[in-house]
Amino acid sequence: MNRHLISAADLSRDDALLILDTAEELARMSDRPIKKLPTLRGRTVVNLFFEDSTRTRISFEAAAKRLSADVINFSAKGSSVAKGESLKDTALTLEAMGADAVVIRHVASGAPHRLAGWIRGHVINAGDGMHEHPTQALLDAFTIRRRLGLQPGAGDTGPGGRTRRSASRTAGRGGGRTGPARPGGLDGVRVAIVGDVLHSRVARSNIALLNILGAEVTLVAPPTLLPIAVDGWSCEVGYDLDAVLPKTDVIMMLRVQQERMIAAFFPSVREYSRRYGLDAGRMAMLPEHAIVMHPGPMNRGVEIAAEVADSPRSTIVEQVANGVSIRMAVLYLLLSGAELTAESRRPGR
Amino acid sequence: MVHARPDAGNTDEGNTDGGHDRESPGSCKRVLEPAEIRRVVTRIAHEILERTHGADDIVLLGIPTRGVPLAQRLAGRTAEFEGRLVPWGSLDVTMYRDDLRLRPARALGRTELPPDGIDGKTVVIVDDVLYSGRTVRAALDALTDLGRPRSVQLAVLVDRGHRELPIRADYVGKNLPTSQREMVRVHLAETDGEDAVLLGEWKGELA
Repeated sequence: MNRHLISAADLSRDDALLILDTAEELARMSDRPIKKLPTLRGRTVVNLFFEDSTRTRISFEAAAKRLSADVINFSAKGSSVAKGESLKDTALTLEAMGADAVVIRHVASGAPHRLAGWIRGHVINAGDGMHEHPTQALLDAFTIRRRLGLQPGAGDTGPGGRTRRSASRTAGRGGGRTGPARPGGLDGVRVAIVGDVLHSRVARSNIALLNILGAEVTLVAPPTLLPIAVDGWSCEVGYDLDAVLPKTDVIMMLRVQQERMIAAFFPSVREYSRRYGLDAGRMAMLPEHAIVMHPGPMNRGVEIAAEVADSPRSTIVEQVANGVSIRMAVLYLLLSGAELTAESRRPGR
Repeated sequence: MVHARPDAGNTDEGNTDGGHDRESPGSCKRVLEPAEIRRVVTRIAHEILERTHGADDIVLLGIPTRGVPLAQRLAGRTAEFEGRLVPWGSLDVTMYRDDLRLRPARALGRTELPPDGIDGKTVVIVDDVLYSGRTVRAALDALTDLGRPRSVQLAVLVDRGHRELPIRADYVGKNLPTSQREMVRVHLAETDGEDAVLLGEWKGELA
């Protein structure tokens, strides 16, 4: 694993699967009477949030606390940032306080990368501008794997009846040893990402990670909400949602990010909703096993109808619960290992 | 599994599989053959039944990786002798280890308790090799977070000595006097394709 988690594209397939498999074990802990592990005792995790967030910040806080780390929450409102302190000075302050990891959300794309060059602790990107949100992509992949029954050893405990696509699965339990092709990927799963791709860091991270895990990605959006460079991305692009639906195992609805829209990208919300929104009629066109995802927060009635969001095929609440397990896995894998070597201590890696 | 230290003091029995396949075979001495392992497991099963008066309220918990198949085998033996299966499960101790900072982060094993849990039961922790005792200490901590057993006992296939903590096993398959320069490897059919306990010279760093 790298020292930091800044971009989903930095992960190898093995890294990604290690995170997912670790989260799988950690998720089982949520049924226990004592939902706490002593693993990160004495470590300090700083939540550095320059942009509003509820679920991501709370999720990271819960994850760090379940691993017994000390958590310091920092939000730009009411801090010295409001007085004009720069990101670098804020970072150096955190460094002086001995932060072992900094979870950062920032409006500027690339802020976590800059931060990683200034501090010795581990940097975890919790969303930077329109760039990336890697833990969201990981928790989405985790949710897909669980819902479609693709995780290693799913046959032991998982619910049956779903189409199994993975060619090989580990035999037995625990599965500490891995062959050349580590099982548990999303090979051949067809994922449609629908909506405001242009402004979506979730989409960027998901496309990267889904490619790493072997899934086939199709973007569906109005041309104005696709980035200009989309041709260079390794995914299909479509403009007709109804044509894509029957060939989809997972549909991921993106929020229309009105706060990032500085121009008119579509004629009206109603028209957007009619062409790209997911309502009950469209949900019926999906294959029977297909699931509906949304990273939240939702605009009910815009990109997703309330009846779809509340249907049993929707994974939206599950995604939040899985987020804690994924973030625990990331914190554990980044923070628990050996102390930094001279090589890894070099800033900017 | 490799059970040795390049320098005394900081590493542990090591429940990761790191380095397992790196050793060239041949330099190792076979200390226990499959038949002996079978007899040893049978004897431990008898001892557990004897000491616990028929294994009422017993739960066998194996420590991954190789403690788990051992726990399963012990449960199978008690079923043969007494006609009922003693509940068994697995107990991963990775998150409770005291050497997490000394080595790269490692993959987690599985913790899976029998449906009735461990509250009020006598838990027998099962592992392949007892060495420094640090894995067992971690297991005791992990148990505390899972429930409150009436008592806890320890069964190991091999005790190789060199304890660093005040811990001893209740059931020992074989006492194996070793030097800290040596390594003990346990192979089980379920995980390695064959049953064997190997003793060899330490060569190289743990992965």
